[in-house]
Amino acid sequence: MDHKFTRRGFNKLVLSGIAGSTLGAFGAATPLFAAQKHVVVVGGGFGGASAAKYIRKLEPSIAVTLVEPDSTFYTCPFSNWVMGGLKEMSDIAQTFDILKNRYSVDVIHDLVTEIDPVNHSVKLKGGKELKYDRLVVSPGIDFKYDAVEGYSEEVANTVMPHAYKAGPQTELMTTQLKNMKDGDNVLICPPGNPFRCPPGPYERASLVAHFLKKYKPNSKVIILDDKEKFSKQGLFMKGWQRLYSDIIEWRSGSMGGKISAVDADAMTVETEFGPEKGGVINVIPPQMAGKIARDAGLTDSSGWCPVNPITFESTIHPGVHVIGDACIAGAMPKSGFAASSQGKVTAAGIIRLMQGKVPAPPSLVNTCYSLVAPGYAVSVAAVYKLTSDGIVSIKGAGGLTPMDADDDQLSEEAVYARGWYRNIAQDIWG
Amino acid sequence: MAGKIASWLAAGMIGAAALSGCNPQSSENGGNAVQTAAPAEEEFNPRGQILALSCASCHGTDGKSEGIMPGFYGKSQVYLENALKQFKNDERYSTVMGRHAKGYTDEEIKLIAEYFGWACQQTTN
Repeated sequence: MDHKFTRRGFNKLVLSGIAGSTLGAFGAATPLFAAQKHVVVVGGGFGGASAAKYIRKLEPSIAVTLVEPDSTFYTCPFSNWVMGGLKEMSDIAQTFDILKNRYSVDVIHDLVTEIDPVNHSVKLKGGKELKYDRLVVSPGIDFKYDAVEGYSEEVANTVMPHAYKAGPQTELMTTQLKNMKDGDNVLICPPGNPFRCPPGPYERASLVAHFLKKYKPNSKVIILDDKEKFSKQGLFMKGWQRLYSDIIEWRSGSMGGKISAVDADAMTVETEFGPEKGGVINVIPPQMAGKIARDAGLTDSSGWCPVNPITFESTIHPGVHVIGDACIAGAMPKSGFAASSQGKVTAAGIIRLMQGKVPAPPSLVNTCYSLVAPGYAVSVAAVYKLTSDGIVSIKGAGGLTPMDADDDQLSEEAVYARGWYRNIAQDIWG
Repeated sequence: MAGKIASWLAAGMIGAAALSGCNPQSSENGGNAVQTAAPAEEEFNPRGQILALSCASCHGTDGKSEGIMPGFYGKSQVYLENALKQFKNDERYSTVMGRHAKGYTDEEIKLIAEYFGWACQQTTN
């Protein structure tokens, strides 16, 4: 994940952007008479939908086709709220009607099965083939199921949900929590870094604890963590001490948190200190870029996709941009907000390239709210810029909710968390 | 129609509008039908655009907020620049906005405010 750029490398990145656009200018007649440029976007999540909307919004002369298997996209952000009984599935459901009708994005509900970066085309499961001038790939993550012995996609779908792609997995875990016997424990097993939504498992532990406090007062949440530390740790720990001191127990990797195997029949996970039994077992396996990115050879040995940080164009396949959780974006976390920020930067970059102009250096942002309890939220923010070390977070900016924030501020953050969801969903799908 | 008139008027008043911002009264009548048109020429600073696109994630597309975050669509360039500088210098209370504003130089804040001033002029009903 540590991709350093030398000064020469940095210059090369800028130059390659220019070279690309020069070639583009040679290849096409003046824009007025040229055939309409066509961008295909793979994936309708935070990254892909943002890129599709913003290309159309900023440059309506470019045609955009968005290929997304599902007609409803359930967001991971706020899916923990559903598990905590604070939101319904319908509250985290996003559709593509406004992208289709207002922004004239051609939305095709199908699966991309093949990318041909040489002939600039993609094949869909339904048999269709689409030509593109530029391709945006925003496939999200897949799980390394085999990293945990006894775990598999089937076990995840039936017994031990990962609930780390929202939708049926969220519903499964929510139902399991409701049906769990009072006195049984909920095990949450987060992976090592890097993974999607670094504070996600800990917001989940908080909201599951909120649910247990209310409905299963004899149950506990045990976090079996692969890591020694985690995102917003001080703020979460403080909140847990205040609200859930006898409900949440966190075990770090060196304190028996690492899990090596699961037994779906016995409902146990294997730790270094022996088996741990759970009433609900949430295994969040290590992750890698989504399947289509791997199949298309867009990943490196890390399992993620290296990109030019100015336009998020793949450093492996020219003309293909990779955004969101699947890409390697320097200091940026794998979050929905980051994906959307990358989607917009990529949209602006693609427009510039298609106009034969040099893309502007990127400016990227991430903000992440975590709810500890209703009326109690904490946040982390960062602003990112490009330097010769790649995408770095700007020193002196961003950072966490202060540790000494008073109850009014924590409650304001919870109100803003809801406001944030509404506006980012509107900015992407609305 | 009102929007079209506003945009004709604006076209003749770009200098003045840059200072006063566009009129939120006439521009917001279109509600959801508002869409930013493509620039005929390069009238905006691409760096300003890249910086400004971040804002919409919390404040809504074009600064039209549907949630509790304050919207800023139609606010003048001067207002936006001052507000951002106040957040940056902790002269204005916020939960998270101060943390964001510190990520931008005064020059970048000016570019952001300029871009929204420009983008506001481009919206047509």
